[in-house]
Amino acid sequence: MNNMKLNLCLLALALLAPTLLYPVFLAKVLCFALFACAFNLLLGFAGLLSFGHAAFLGTGGYVTGYLMIHSGLTPEVAILLGTIAGGLLGAIFGKLAVKREGIYFAMVTLALAQLIFFFYLQAPFTNGEDGLQGVPRGALFGLIDLSDNMVMYYFVLVIFIAGYWLINRTIHSPFGQVLKAIRENEDRATSLGYDVNHYKWLAFVISAALAALAGSTKTLVFELASLTDVHWHMSGEVILMTLVGGVGTIFGPVLGAGFIVTMQNYLSGGEMGNYIHIIMGAVFVICVLSFRSGIVGQLMKFKRNNF
Amino acid sequence: MTQPAQDFILETRNLTKAFKGFTAVDDVNLNIQRGHIHALIGPNGAGKTTVFNLLTKFLQPTSGKILFQGEDITPLKPAAIARKGVIRSFQISAVFPHLSVLENVRIALQRKEGNSFHFWRSEKILNRLNHKALALLESVGLESFANTVTVDLSYGRKRALEIATTLAVEPELMLLDEPTQGMGHEDVGLVSDLIKKVSKDRTILMVEHNLHVVSKLADRITVLQRGAILTEGDYASVSADARVREAYMGTAADDVDTKQTAEVAS
Ligand SMILES: Nc1ncnc2c1ncn2[C@@H]1O[C@H](COP(=O)(O)OP(=O)(O)OP(=O)(O)O)[C@@H](O)[C@H]1O
Ligand SMILES: [Mg+2]
Repeated sequence: MNNMKLNLCLLALALLAPTLLYPVFLAKVLCFALFACAFNLLLGFAGLLSFGHAAFLGTGGYVTGYLMIHSGLTPEVAILLGTIAGGLLGAIFGKLAVKREGIYFAMVTLALAQLIFFFYLQAPFTNGEDGLQGVPRGALFGLIDLSDNMVMYYFVLVIFIAGYWLINRTIHSPFGQVLKAIRENEDRATSLGYDVNHYKWLAFVISAALAALAGSTKTLVFELASLTDVHWHMSGEVILMTLVGGVGTIFGPVLGAGFIVTMQNYLSGGEMGNYIHIIMGAVFVICVLSFRSGIVGQLMKFKRNNF
Repeated sequence: MTQPAQDFILETRNLTKAFKGFTAVDDVNLNIQRGHIHALIGPNGAGKTTVFNLLTKFLQPTSGKILFQGEDITPLKPAAIARKGVIRSFQISAVFPHLSVLENVRIALQRKEGNSFHFWRSEKILNRLNHKALALLESVGLESFANTVTVDLSYGRKRALEIATTLAVEPELMLLDEPTQGMGHEDVGLVSDLIKKVSKDRTILMVEHNLHVVSKLADRITVLQRGAILTEGDYASVSADARVREAYMGTAADDVDTKQTAEVAS
């Protein structure tokens, strides 16, 4: 019940926010929040650290961007196809990665993501360093023009809520139960008859598809798909967002993404722009050393101790 | 070598496992009779856990065969062997620590429901298993802990929970690796009574160091030493065997031998 109230408050906040803050900035926060939540599904609930999630974000972005420029499809279809493309790529990555454990899993995902990066760098349809610029936002279902930032924001909010709901549901589903069991004790899950790699694989595919959904949506918001989104920096950034917010908590990655994106926005404008990576690095170190459970973990502890 | 027509649920034929030239399991022929409690004993490092790992395919045998109910299961994967009805426990307790006690058992019940890949449905549909899970918890005396987070259970209760979880999948053959290890007197008694109780209509192969427990429970005993079978028989005959006594007394000397063998071989 309490949770319900909290969710309603957050929803009200999200609905009113664009009257106070720049809607494109808010849409950006939501895209990264979805990206981080998708990543966290894997790290927090299946115990798998992917260092290649930029590949899915970027693939969603490129596919959707390309379709919007060249095909005349409506945006919701282009986003759906971008999401499916990310899911398919995830199916291949997952197949190769889930057989490995721990750091080797991370290395396989990183290696594959680098491969994808070089593919997009060389492929003729991505425009290399320039990226796909001037991606039209189109009209939703051919009816609702998305060129207005306010309208775009609310569309992004709907997508975010849908994605967030699906992640939440996945975590609290029969599948999610098995996933948690695998995270807790993989050998025991095996000895009860679960083919653990199949479950990890499905978690990977869902996570990849939702990361691609975030990328597809982001491309529409910025009218741009570029190499930034497939660069390994991006794979690192999503780890940062998740850890800062609270890995394994459902809402943590949303806060983490909000925090990091806000910080980047403020820093990149001013004189501090040159130091952005150093500052981010420092934030990371501070977080890891002083509150391992992230912002949400810390808040929950505070609540437990004081109420 | 002809066997009389007996009902063996599990047989191994010349089962061997070598690690980098060191043979941890050496040409082992086990015959586990259906309905028995069969104990596997032997000094530290004799290869007991390795045998379990081979039987459940957590390790790949170097050579030899494993037959379960007459069928060659050697090529199967661990999860597939579990689905055949061979369920193992682990030497260190095997629970899901941050799930509730009830959820631990439910995970085992869930697999046969066929909804374990359903990520779009609410976990509430699993509540229909609660009744059965509670009944299983009751059978091991844990019903009042159903909502406890498992990590908070005492060691003995964790082992009891493990047994309830194993029973939930209705195993044909239970493999228990030192179920009473590290327990106080009371817990040892409780767990061994529990094993006796659940052995009613199934077969159990257990590794056990506590010879008192072995004497109380085991229908048949196989003694393993340096990977090979030293002898086999009922408790009276095995405990009378001078070589078994020596193997147990000479544990320390034995370790040295094993290490030397390993060095020479590598
Ligand atoms: N994965 C492995 N790689 C190399 N050597 C191994 C491996 N697993 C076990 N061994 C070795 O095989 C031998 C048998 O080990 P195992 O764990 O099967 O003994 P055990 O009979 O279960 O002993 P304990 O009573 O101490 O549990 C030991 O010498 C051990 O060091
Ligand atoms: Mg052992």
